[in-house]
Amino acid sequence: MRHSTFFWFFAPTAAAMLLFIFFPIVSIVTQSIFVPHEAVLIESENCGPFGCKIETTVDQSATEQLRREKPLGRFAGTEIYTDRNHLAFGEVGEAWRASESLGAFFSELVDLPFYRAMAFTLTYTFVCTPFLIMLGFAVAVAVNSLHARLKGLMIFFSLLPMIVPPLIGALVLFWMIDSRGVLGQLISFLAADPGLSLKASTPLVWISLIVYGIWSSAPFAFVVFYAGLQTVPQDTLESAQIDGATRWQQIRYVVIPHLAPLMTFVALIQLMDNFRVLEPIIGFQAEAHAQSLSSFILTDLSGETQQLSSAATTSVLTIIGVAILLSPVLVRTWRDFRGGGH
Amino acid sequence: MFLKKFALAGAVALLSSTSAFACEIGARVSIVGNEFPAIQTVGAGAQECSGAEVSTNLTADHQKINVAGMSGNPAEYTSAIVANSSIVALMNEDVIRPLDDLVAKHGGGLQKNQLITINGKVMAVAFMANAQHLVYRADVLEKIGMEPPKTYEDMLAAAAKIRDMGIMENPVGGAYKAGWNLAQEFNNMYIGHGGEFFKAGTAEVSVNNEAGVATLNMMKALSEYMNPDFLTHDSNATNAEYRAGNVALMNMWGSRAATLVEAEGVSDEVKSGFAIAGPMTVAGGSTPATTLWWDGWTVAKNISDEEAEATFIAMTHAIRPDAIADEAKAKEAVWLIDGYEPTPAAVGVFAAAQAGSTPYPMLPFQGLLHTALGAELADFMAGKESAEQALADVEAAYTAAAKEKGFL
Repeated sequence: MRHSTFFWFFAPTAAAMLLFIFFPIVSIVTQSIFVPHEAVLIESENCGPFGCKIETTVDQSATEQLRREKPLGRFAGTEIYTDRNHLAFGEVGEAWRASESLGAFFSELVDLPFYRAMAFTLTYTFVCTPFLIMLGFAVAVAVNSLHARLKGLMIFFSLLPMIVPPLIGALVLFWMIDSRGVLGQLISFLAADPGLSLKASTPLVWISLIVYGIWSSAPFAFVVFYAGLQTVPQDTLESAQIDGATRWQQIRYVVIPHLAPLMTFVALIQLMDNFRVLEPIIGFQAEAHAQSLSSFILTDLSGETQQLSSAATTSVLTIIGVAILLSPVLVRTWRDFRGGGH
Repeated sequence: MFLKKFALAGAVALLSSTSAFACEIGARVSIVGNEFPAIQTVGAGAQECSGAEVSTNLTADHQKINVAGMSGNPAEYTSAIVANSSIVALMNEDVIRPLDDLVAKHGGGLQKNQLITINGKVMAVAFMANAQHLVYRADVLEKIGMEPPKTYEDMLAAAAKIRDMGIMENPVGGAYKAGWNLAQEFNNMYIGHGGEFFKAGTAEVSVNNEAGVATLNMMKALSEYMNPDFLTHDSNATNAEYRAGNVALMNMWGSRAATLVEAEGVSDEVKSGFAIAGPMTVAGGSTPATTLWWDGWTVAKNISDEEAEATFIAMTHAIRPDAIADEAKAKEAVWLIDGYEPTPAAVGVFAAAQAGSTPYPMLPFQGLLHTALGAELADFMAGKESAEQALADVEAAYTAAAKEKGFL
């Protein structure tokens, strides 16, 4: 391809990437290293329906002056990254020095918001991803072996969890596991403990979230694998059958190797998605038990006082986290690409 | 001739009487605010004005959009309906204007106590008051032979008796959902214990003290009598529990108490037993464990003077005395409007005000503390850490946030 052809071919994509990926990232990085000016506080008398009171307020004219001089705010460098509500380097060091055992250190560590969120997010990501791949694959193989007339119907039903909006899916399950809900009652009956509440126990909440995560993402894996199954070479399968391979052996030695690249693809997408888990936490109202980096961003932005620098910092940390998660795969792709030239 | 004159006089009288209510504006008005019934009424009242377009965007997510929607020049919203907690964000960002000149020109019908003045300037006009207070089941208390509780200690005793007599398993309702609600319940109880949130005159937090620990222990004791899912219950969920007849005692918002039992499917027993009382005190204190709130409207700074004037006229029209003459509307809130006659549903809020309750603090950094409390107290309530540890976490989370925002 001539260079100019390539350029014009690639230009729209490049422009879109610049506009929708590069600039926003520059914007959040900038916001994460600048913080608002120091507020000029004054005492003032405030009156209202309940009488007057001397209170602290922000001196608008003085603050306005500061803002006009430096519209970006104060330069903070990595201060926000290392503060207690993010990476908390100081607190982690302190905990390391003060703890006598590794267990004590970890219990101190998960008391810090960032590490608590990491504990949940990583558990969620690494449990959900393999299970949803396995479930999606099993459903794809099962549907593929059905009679042609049933296939359409079964595909529709298998896709339902993906069709239902995530928040609604989470809410449905949330009501079912309520201590007065169908599943909540059943579980407390089975456990012979009338006071048992799924929503009050951290391990049970985590399990519910993970089950929801697998349920809602398995259809994605299913669709990809089902498409892949249509391309499995029939002659290889037939020769395997002639050799006397059982159905399991056919799957293990013919189908799975054929679908391996697709599994990598699904794993990549799902690792990224699950690392940014948010909807189930909101839908299950599980903020007391499970947090993620995305839920921190939401909290920062929806409080009465918005913390934009903190939200931007968490966003940058999320990007770094995703990059680290994907790095093994990315390195391999890069090697394959380099190797492909020979 | 006589008839003609009479008809003319009548027409003139009619015209002049409608013109007293008519509202003519010359520039656009755009309102953003929360969505509960009283605010819907105010929004609809402003839309009665003619001459220019009046649009409203009333949503529970108003706080996420009001600062952004008023920061531009010209601002998208010409008025934001806020409360004493949320006006702070608008003040901090300097997006609302002083209203003194407009009050002098068009605010004749407003009462002095409706004007919210900050540092000598009128920054908002309040139209309703709100507070959390006790609602209870009179029939259940009669059964156990107890008076409505005046203190949280009484509430615990009543709850224990209701449970022991097998009337209800979890008789206490509480909006203890992790986040804003849980933090608000802490604020109430901490104020009831005589606690101060900050070292006087500074933005330095101080909640990790005896009052803080006592507050958390009382909240924990109450939670023993709540539905085990209490950390997911906001005031909608506690209301549902009350309506279903599962709860006999709870601390509820005045703005929601009036319509609490007016939902479909509420049993007659719950309806007839419904009663309202003032807020409770705790630990022998005299200040009720609650906070007083006002809701009011502001006018944006970054708009033309014509738009500001039109906004002021339309909003004043929306809260004129006869806007609440209708009985259904009068019941929607404890209005701070001239001529308002308290309905029976308002006794809780009035009792709160008369008992000398503390208004929710209008401090620039109170919102940051509220967020920190909401995030860090859940671990204690779930039994995962000590009260001291939870309060130390709150202080650390607040301090980091306050440093970022330039308050420390």
